Amino acid sequence: MSIDKDTVRKVARLARIAEPEDRLEPLAKEISGILGWIEQLNEVDVEGVEAMSSTVDVLLPMREDVLQTGPTGGGQPDNVVANAPKTADHFFVVPRVVE
Amino acid sequence: MTNPTNLSLAKLRDALKKKEVTSLEATDAYLARIEKAKALNTFITVTADKARAMAKSSDAKLAKGEGGDIEGVPLGIKDLFCTEGTLTTAGSHILDGFTPRYESSVTTNLWRDGAVMLGKLNLDEFAMGSSNETSFYGNVINPWRREGDETQLSPGGSSGGSSASVSARLCAAATATDTGGSIRQPASLTNTVGVKPTYGRVSRWGIVAFASSLDQAGPIAQDVRDAAIMLKSMAGHDPKDSTCINRPVPDYEAALGQSLKGLKIGVPKEYRMDGMPEEIEKLWQQGIAWMKDAGCEIVDISLPLTKYALPVYYIVAPAEASSNLARYDGVKFGLRAKDFSDITSMYENTRAEGFGNEVKRRILIGTYVLSAGYYDAYYLRAQKVRKKIFDEFTEAFSKVDLILTPSAPSAAFGLGEKTGDPVQMYLNDIFTVTANLAGIPGASVPAGYDKQGLPLGLQLLARPFDEETMFKGMFVLEQAAGANKRPKEWWG
Repeated sequence: MSIDKDTVRKVARLARIAEPEDRLEPLAKEISGILGWIEQLNEVDVEGVEAMSSTVDVLLPMREDVLQTGPTGGGQPDNVVANAPKTADHFFVVPRVVE
Repeated sequence: MTNPTNLSLAKLRDALKKKEVTSLEATDAYLARIEKAKALNTFITVTADKARAMAKSSDAKLAKGEGGDIEGVPLGIKDLFCTEGTLTTAGSHILDGFTPRYESSVTTNLWRDGAVMLGKLNLDEFAMGSSNETSFYGNVINPWRREGDETQLSPGGSSGGSSASVSARLCAAATATDTGGSIRQPASLTNTVGVKPTYGRVSRWGIVAFASSLDQAGPIAQDVRDAAIMLKSMAGHDPKDSTCINRPVPDYEAALGQSLKGLKIGVPKEYRMDGMPEEIEKLWQQGIAWMKDAGCEIVDISLPLTKYALPVYYIVAPAEASSNLARYDGVKFGLRAKDFSDITSMYENTRAEGFGNEVKRRILIGTYVLSAGYYDAYYLRAQKVRKKIFDEFTEAFSKVDLILTPSAPSAAFGLGEKTGDPVQMYLNDIFTVTANLAGIPGASVPAGYDKQGLPLGLQLLARPFDEETMFKGMFVLEQAAGANKRPKEWWG
């Protein structure tokens, strides 16, 4: 299956990556090449096969529903915002989203 | 006392315990080598002050006869592992300035056992690549060159900084990660040992995520014993990673030297690829002969779905990556674009500036295969073929104990030689990617050299959580091959 320029534009928008107009055509070609190679999966009979999302055959472990300690614990707003490009009073600052 | 950088990790460990050398001496010796090897571009960040402070603390413990299993041993850390207070980049512009406030579980384990951090190692951006040519911080150069030729070669990828550093003796050993071959292929191209453990053996917590159902950390080391020591320290249960399995970590070093007599070694005919250099085929046959000599029974096996493994990978991995990399949005960490008009253009411009071309390509593919109308045709189908590949290995391992294959389809290639066609680059992982899809352990061991003098590796695959048998086999291969040459030090 080959994809066109408009599809790349749409997918780039979904992925929130600004792709300049002159990159869309080359990207469509590259991605079509890769998808074409992937198409060979259609040769495999997958009738009745269960989809596999993990090779680990265990139930997800449950833990006590309490606040953790250490880096995954609470009460450390300084650490949470330490690497943000823009913050104020322990909030992440972004451009206005509600008029 | 010989220069400590000429010692294997195991020998350095022993020399430190016997006080024949101090950790500070070893650390300074490595830092001096790193300084002289800038041409290889293996380190993104050298943490000299931190290294010396850790070394002094180790020396204090060693002086009192205390300390962990690898007390005072200087290591390189792939820059995909979060290290508290030290810049962590994943080889990407988008993580500019990111200084974690926490430490990954793997590095926490290594420091618990006394290791010293020399710095953070270069890699393909977000571990996406097989040649270390996608890093924002530039290509890593393989210490190995073709005989009588100065062409710069790739150290493999994505753990190219790890493989090149260990090969050039810029650290005693290194951490690495493997999503489709990123430990084993670079090890094969640099005459080092690389081990990808069973999925769930090592915690992924604090490692920058690429494809969460495939990623697994492991060591790149000078020899099999060093890899065994490293894995023992890195592995173990971690409640912070829900896929990390709670079972005891064996003493892998104790498995070395045990007899292979009576073990069955599978040789899959589908790993004989068209266009594979004759030398690799010969080396494989040689490996089979070595295993026979060690008392193994060789069993011809068939893994007919092998050719579909890479196409499955190039759906599953980009799909998971597109989801994992959604967090890089210019809000919580790293880069934020300067120019934008609203929040959407802030996201879009930040990600356009921050990600390199290979990462963008994979995010776009991942987004496409997960998008409405295509999910069943691509992603779901890939997951089903993955299940069949998994079942194929389970079936094979009901007949054999280990599987022997080449590690990579070629020796080290020139930088720029394969960047023109993504699919040609992806084919580098043809022998390694199946282990990630099936979640089984795999390792590359130096086994010989091609006619231009470049190293070639052989791969062993084992049953889930049977790293001990794999290490037994690796040690036998290593002893039989004796492929322990070091690269000529052209870099100064």
